[in-house]
Amino acid sequence: MNDAIKQTIAFVKSKKAAARITEPLPVRIILTSLALLFVGLFLVVPLVSVFTMAFNKGMEVYFASLVEQDALSAIKLTLITAAIAVPLNLLFGLTASWAIAKFEFRGKYFLISLIDLPFAVSPVISGFIFVLLFGSHSLLSPWLEAHDIKILFAVPAIVLATVFVTFPFVARELIPVMTANGNEEEEAALTLGAGGWNTFFRVTLPSIKWGLLYGVILCNARAMGEFGAVSVVSGHIRGETATMPLHVEILYNEYNFTAAFAVASLLAMLAIVTLAAKKFVEWQSTGRFAPLVEVERRISGSPEVDS
Amino acid sequence: MSITVVNISKKFGSFEALRNINLTVDTGEFVAVLGPSGSGKTTLLRIIAGLEYADAGKILINEKEMVSRKLRERNVGFVFQHYALFKNMTVFENVAFGLKVRSRKLRPPRGEIAERVHELLRLVQLDNYAYRYPRQLSGGQRQRVALARALAVEPSVLLLDEPFGALDARVRIELRRWLRKLHDKIHITSIFVTHDQDEALELADKVVVMNTGTIEQVGSPDEVYDNPISPFVFNFLGAVNIFHGRVHDGCAHIGSLKIDSPEHSGFANSAAVGYVRSHDIDIERTTSNGSSIPAEVRYIHRIGNIVRVELFSDDGKETIEAEITRERLNELGLKSGEKVYIKPKKMRMFVEDYQI
Repeated sequence: MNDAIKQTIAFVKSKKAAARITEPLPVRIILTSLALLFVGLFLVVPLVSVFTMAFNKGMEVYFASLVEQDALSAIKLTLITAAIAVPLNLLFGLTASWAIAKFEFRGKYFLISLIDLPFAVSPVISGFIFVLLFGSHSLLSPWLEAHDIKILFAVPAIVLATVFVTFPFVARELIPVMTANGNEEEEAALTLGAGGWNTFFRVTLPSIKWGLLYGVILCNARAMGEFGAVSVVSGHIRGETATMPLHVEILYNEYNFTAAFAVASLLAMLAIVTLAAKKFVEWQSTGRFAPLVEVERRISGSPEVDS
Repeated sequence: MSITVVNISKKFGSFEALRNINLTVDTGEFVAVLGPSGSGKTTLLRIIAGLEYADAGKILINEKEMVSRKLRERNVGFVFQHYALFKNMTVFENVAFGLKVRSRKLRPPRGEIAERVHELLRLVQLDNYAYRYPRQLSGGQRQRVALARALAVEPSVLLLDEPFGALDARVRIELRRWLRKLHDKIHITSIFVTHDQDEALELADKVVVMNTGTIEQVGSPDEVYDNPISPFVFNFLGAVNIFHGRVHDGCAHIGSLKIDSPEHSGFANSAAVGYVRSHDIDIERTTSNGSSIPAEVRYIHRIGNIVRVELFSDDGKETIEAEITRERLNELGLKSGEKVYIKPKKMRMFVEDYQI
């Protein structure tokens, strides 16, 4: 009995001691509720309202607006764009970060800043770059017309704009991971008689796989949700050059709110899935295959950022 | 398998990392390359391994030219300072790696690989840890895994880059004695790089002392310790005291001290520097004419059985460190501030290169 009392006293004392080194209770309550208020106001409320608006006229209307011809083609176009842009940027990110992390060469720092360029310029400007390049007054246009190649206001321009806007994601994720890992494991593999392919697939890739996956998830989210750059180059042709975000805008401008929010809800779900996948990757990479150095994490670009 | 290094030179930009290095390592020899950081010792090892290319010169392993061969064809075992174990593989997979990546023709069957890996793990006393990941092992254990991994491909030579550098003092001593025993058992031609003189002197059959991209001296541990051929080697191997004086007709003069130095018989009154190891200085209460100089005791540091006595020479110019036993200290009953006489038991004179 006596022991129990002593223990309780000790426990309370330790609690008090712990309280002394943190903020006072009122401060903690104010800060926490402020944060919660912001999250609620700017994240939860909009997300809930997207879904309420989408299901406003019942399940049937919701699904009807998703399987409607134009919506389906928008979904298809978005998937195609992501299916081209993500692997391309995966390849680019791998090679660029490999070069930057493992070798010293002239113009290395220039390349690093160049990779960040799409983050630095507004997506609208990224779109205009392609208009200037392929538009009817551009240098390339006589040649393109002569060969009957249509880039602007067609699928190629949408893919190009998306590739441009999303190309920093994988490289940015991998450069710190690869730099932290250094060269030693690869050198060890080479001294043991492994060739280039074996070294890459058995040593390099496993050590960067979580960083790589993380970059791919973010890249994919942005590729599917990109609005600004794609809007400039697409020409907004319904059922042909409208991606999902563009389709949402078209429906919204036509006061077809239920359908607009139904398609938007798909994008919102993509965002939620992306966040969940991202959390899973983070948890996996800090658990079983903890990298040596904490990898710098950026706030994720959620798919709706540009709309 | 012998290793021969012929006229190797290497520059990094304008920095000369290696200058005309020549070195021969005989079959089964265990050689230490010893030098301060920046002396080029790691670069030399990496060039032998093929991890770095030399600007000029030749590398022969077992009389065969290696420079034109790729790293993977050289068949060298390399052990890295920071282990460089594959983090995503178990100990077993790490050791098996070199065998698994062989082309199908040369790859041993699965069962044979497993047998060989377990045999090697027994050799490095880690058979119970086969299915652990490197991060679950201590530093010493990791380095032993790295060693087993390097040995798995049956290399013709073993190269170790500061193999104990990342370990704490006690493990380091334990592991280096273990490595010496292992070498006595398997007799693989080995070169290891170190900046720790104790390690080099204790482990190696032959010590190569390097400084600023050149080899200063090559010899057995006793040879380089007892007969250093340059001030640098003297300085680098063990604590040393420096006395400035002159040599004249085969005799060295330092203050009131007169010492025979027969190899300098040809010099007339040249400036010279005398080197004496701390443990070659004796402290006496009374003067013995001509062979001791007066000094004042400053500090007395007791380190276990060894006592380091810091003294000031009478003219106040030089600080002298003497290493004596605790027994001798008690015999003398030294206290700081006392006037005593120091007597170098063994001194080596080097005439200064430049003329003043």
